[in-house]
Amino acid sequence: MTASRREAMAAYGFLLPNFLGFLAFTSIPVVISLVMAFSHWNIFRPPSWVGLENFQSLLWFRREGGELVVNDPFFWQYVYNTVFLMAGIPVGMAGSLIVALMMNQRLRGIVVLRTVYFLPTVCSGVALLILWKYLYNADIGLINKGVRLIGAAIYASKPLAIVFTVFCAIIFGLAATAAAACVLALVRYMSSKLRREWSEGVLRALVVLTGAATFILIGVYGRSIYAYVAGFFATPPDWLGTVQWSKPSLILMGLWGGLGGYNMILYLAALQGVPTSYYEAAEIDGAGGWAKFWAVTWPMISPTTFFILIMSIIGGFQSGFMTANIMTGGGPAGSTTTVEYYLYQTAFEKFNMGYASAIAWFIFAVILLLTRLTWRIGGKVVVYE
Amino acid sequence: MSRLTTWRRIVLYAVLGAGAVTMLVPFLWMISTSVKQPGEVFSTGGGIKWLPEHLFWQDRVVDGVKVRAWWGNYPDAWNEISFFRLYLSSIFVAVVGTFGQVLTSSMAAYAFARLRFPGRDKLFFAYLATMMVPGSVTMIPVFVIMKHFHWINTYQALIVPGLFSAYGTFMLRQFFMGLPSDLEDAAKIDGSGYIGIWARVILPLSKPALATLTTFTFMGFWGSYMWPLVVTITEQFRTLPIGLKYFVGQHATNYTQLMAGSMIALIPVLVLFIFNQRYFVEGIKLSGIKG
Repeated sequence: MTASRREAMAAYGFLLPNFLGFLAFTSIPVVISLVMAFSHWNIFRPPSWVGLENFQSLLWFRREGGELVVNDPFFWQYVYNTVFLMAGIPVGMAGSLIVALMMNQRLRGIVVLRTVYFLPTVCSGVALLILWKYLYNADIGLINKGVRLIGAAIYASKPLAIVFTVFCAIIFGLAATAAAACVLALVRYMSSKLRREWSEGVLRALVVLTGAATFILIGVYGRSIYAYVAGFFATPPDWLGTVQWSKPSLILMGLWGGLGGYNMILYLAALQGVPTSYYEAAEIDGAGGWAKFWAVTWPMISPTTFFILIMSIIGGFQSGFMTANIMTGGGPAGSTTTVEYYLYQTAFEKFNMGYASAIAWFIFAVILLLTRLTWRIGGKVVVYE
Repeated sequence: MSRLTTWRRIVLYAVLGAGAVTMLVPFLWMISTSVKQPGEVFSTGGGIKWLPEHLFWQDRVVDGVKVRAWWGNYPDAWNEISFFRLYLSSIFVAVVGTFGQVLTSSMAAYAFARLRFPGRDKLFFAYLATMMVPGSVTMIPVFVIMKHFHWINTYQALIVPGLFSAYGTFMLRQFFMGLPSDLEDAAKIDGSGYIGIWARVILPLSKPALATLTTFTFMGFWGSYMWPLVVTITEQFRTLPIGLKYFVGQHATNYTQLMAGSMIALIPVLVLFIFNQRYFVEGIKLSGIKG
């Protein structure tokens, strides 16, 4: 036997255990799943082939009295919930990057801080979700106790209350303007792809206009804003128990948990990989801190941003099972049921395996599509050395 | 990195410190609740009390009311569900599963990183592609396979599907690629076979990556909730997260015991983290994402 043949035989030997597992628990299941998506099966009776029926009742619509009605309205509500909950992804990424930038400074005790920030990631799981359910409790939860205390302190004196309301309004106005600016920048970027360039000045003027409009609106509705904020602090909401607060509450919890987690450490590693000579060169060119960030740091860490974004999209579309199962039961009124939780219910509570497999393939298709889209856009923006 | 001025240093400490407090407060509240009397938790009036009213070492009677010792919720929670049994199951599943996954991943990673064989790159791409397959797609068929083997409600069902990981293979392969080849060549000249090189050269050189993969895999098995919920039926094979969930069902409003039970569930993973955290950050750093 020649040396190269021996090497190949050894390699196959090393690969064998992993490869068998890969066949048994990934490749073959994918094929089974695809077949199941075209069948009816409740695990008690043998499966029967039904062609496209599962996909038809999941994704399609029918005509009812001249109107179009979707076949499974619950499913589309859950898709909306899943996408809504993914809105936390960009905010969380920005937060992780900011924390990583701060942790990348030469500070004493940084290891302790890093450990503390990583604590929620280590503890993530059932125990942590139970804790958060308790924190969000409307009557005895720590959050509402805190909100009521702060409210009592502020609304004891009228001038303080007015100052506080103005402060809140300004913060809200700035946040709204910033969000509008992001959207406008995105629109500008997309229209430049369609060969319709706007100048920088037009963008700035538009941002200033939307900002001014926001603040005028805030001024006009000043009284009702005051009443609303005062009401919020007097009787804080039942976070997980009301439809309009349940999803933002879950997003907030995710932001808390993810701020100093894996993403932050990935960013930290990327930041430490940027050669200092680049910064020195930028300094010689007279760049300040802000300019250095956009000219050096941001392009150098763009592969990491890209990686985190893709992983977050893949993870985000499959998430929400544990929070729904442990904290909310998917409610109120289905407002926290995600596609993944719907899949679990369909498969393991209603034993409708075929329909559940169709849901799984929908998730797969969306993930593939989103990843491809991110890849195509990212491929033009990301800078590889 | 330039040197920081005193002002910037103060601002950084203030912002990072505020963040750290935000991270810690929920956990402190958890500890605080776990040592309170059940009645104290429900006092809705007024402020936030961090310390329980009574901190007795032993049960006592105050004004005709029996007051428990401050640690009393812990043995109550421990006895309420069979924590001991859950711990044993969880530890068994996590240790065997982690060992198996690191073993198979390091073997496959060695073949992909250091050996030449026909079809290597194509096969590796196939592995990478499977990382895209969502768990949602494979979960139901794997459940069906388990059912077919009559493995439902056994330790095998909890462990075996988790023994193989494309991600672990990928991560270790990236690390192995970066190792210098001199030691490997020296071992070859000394007459070592491939198994010898893998066990005595590659693995000892890869401690940070192996420690990181071990910790993450262990955390994955330890916290796994959905899969054990699907494949276990009786208490005997349930793992800690599921036991905790049933505990919630029985004590929906008994927050003192709930928090004590959650603390009991968190202690092992906290200890593991504190011991391993120095490898941790290092390991992720080295196994960075660049190809």
